[in-house]
Amino acid sequence: MTAGLWKMESQRSYFGKALVELGRREPDVVVVGVDTTESIKTNDFGKAFPDRFFQLGIAEPNMVSVAAGLAAAGKIPFAATYSVFGSAHTYNVIRQNVAYTNLNVKIFCSHAGLTVGPDGATHQMNEDIALMRGIPRMTVLVPADGPETAKCVDAAAAMRGPVYCRFSRTNVPTVTSREDDFAIGRARVIRDGSDVTLIGCGLMVSRCLEAADALDKMGIEARVINLSTVKPLDAATIDRAARETGGIVTAEEHTVVHGIGAAVASAIAANHPAPIAMVGVQDVFGESGEADELLRKYGLTAEKIVDSAHDVMKRRGQAR
Amino acid sequence: MVDVSEATIASLKKKAVTLRKHIIRMTHNAQSGHPGGSMSACDLVTALYFQVLRVDPENPTWSDRDRFVLSKGHACPVWYAALAERGFFPVDELMTFRKINSRLQGHPELGTTPGVENAAGAEGQGLSFSVGLALAARMDHKAWRTYCLMGDGEQDIGQTWEAGLAASKYGLDNLTAFIDRNGIQQEGRTEDIMPLEPLAEKWEAFNWHVLTIDGHDFRQILAAIEEAQRTRGRPTVVIARTVKGKGVSFMENKIKYHGAATTDEELKLALAELDAQVAAI
Repeated sequence: MTAGLWKMESQRSYFGKALVELGRREPDVVVVGVDTTESIKTNDFGKAFPDRFFQLGIAEPNMVSVAAGLAAAGKIPFAATYSVFGSAHTYNVIRQNVAYTNLNVKIFCSHAGLTVGPDGATHQMNEDIALMRGIPRMTVLVPADGPETAKCVDAAAAMRGPVYCRFSRTNVPTVTSREDDFAIGRARVIRDGSDVTLIGCGLMVSRCLEAADALDKMGIEARVINLSTVKPLDAATIDRAARETGGIVTAEEHTVVHGIGAAVASAIAANHPAPIAMVGVQDVFGESGEADELLRKYGLTAEKIVDSAHDVMKRRGQAR
Repeated sequence: MVDVSEATIASLKKKAVTLRKHIIRMTHNAQSGHPGGSMSACDLVTALYFQVLRVDPENPTWSDRDRFVLSKGHACPVWYAALAERGFFPVDELMTFRKINSRLQGHPELGTTPGVENAAGAEGQGLSFSVGLALAARMDHKAWRTYCLMGDGEQDIGQTWEAGLAASKYGLDNLTAFIDRNGIQQEGRTEDIMPLEPLAEKWEAFNWHVLTIDGHDFRQILAAIEEAQRTRGRPTVVIARTVKGKGVSFMENKIKYHGAATTDEELKLALAELDAQVAAI
């Protein structure tokens, strides 16, 4: 796969539509929301199934516990809001009422990362992957684009147990297609190469593909992996990449502290240690600005990935 | 007044003493745990498990069972004691409380202990969880009811009131909450730590049906539950005035016994007092 003139699409719209379609097939699916339901498109589900939709006001801990209670009685609740509220404000409720109980609650959060934009640092959730992947029993999903967001909805509903899924507010390049296969727990190699591996999640998958094109022009064949499941991590695919390409660059719209870069580094350290570079938010808060401006300022670009690939390859050459 | 025979009341009183003895023994054996708030809630839990709840110890996850949610998770000794006496697991197992490899965790764990319906320990989540249960029962047109026991210390917590708003919004008359109003939390009197009064008026302002009772009087407890069952369109909260450490004279109203076990000497004294109470019933 190469970078192209991608369609820019809303993950929230795919999310909202997928929920309604899921609701038609599966009568046990219910949705709880907290005064963000129009923004994240869950109100479409509410219009289609008013008696399976609960507007709980600005009360995220309550939302998560109510969802847990619904799940304990056999429902498949989707609790959805912005990621800063749905993960950080609710952390201990998720930990105790959802994960420790191993209940079938699906937490889907939009507005993850810097690209929330002008709302600024209070709303730019760059630590949610770190929080959620640290909780035992939690499945953590980061869909690359709209179509994959819809697949996450279906796959989350099809599995039993807690799920956290995060995606962006801003329109993102559609890099996958409806026909692409998708499974929770599987990292997908979307471009082959043997010189270096670029592993991205969310909208950074498109930046990895752009970087691979740029590297190709320099005679470097980069493998690109779409890591849409952060947990459980597809260690086999990552190990193989480390073994076969000998160097890895990770790219995430998230802090590099305990994000996908850290997850990948932990995985390869156990089996195939290889140089790694982490493109992401470097342990700082964001600020107001347009999405593209923020991605540039904080170094979440294809150029940064290219530079990091060179760095990784140089370090690999120096080893021993 | 609720129509319950003297014999039934006497049997509930005896059962409550049995549970209190278990609480004392369990926490003594573990040399940790929370006896005070377990004993204040003991008569409420006894009334529920031995007179009210439709549950099946042979089939703990029977889908039409009533749900009991213990929000004040630290009081789980009384829950485990009730479940064991009700036949959910062997009474002998109570002595594994808080020990390694036990099904009886220091705070309740869902899925491990037969009959336990929720995880609690971090306070203030149980009423919200109960709202979810009650919503599900209503969606499915089921008759089972949800009973949630909170501590008065949990009335400090914002999430309790978030749940209060939501239960009221949805008119959850299949949900009954209890507040174990023993007046003491970990570090002192509730009214010193964070004044709660007027508590009944707060819940009334949240549009709940509020009942205030003596939480150690079985007739009042059963009457309140019956009234809650009859109430339509609103959830009911029963503010049960109780005594922390109730049943053992030297433990009653003592802040220390929120989270302290008895010594060997105190254990003997406590059990002797409780045995004397059985004889007097």
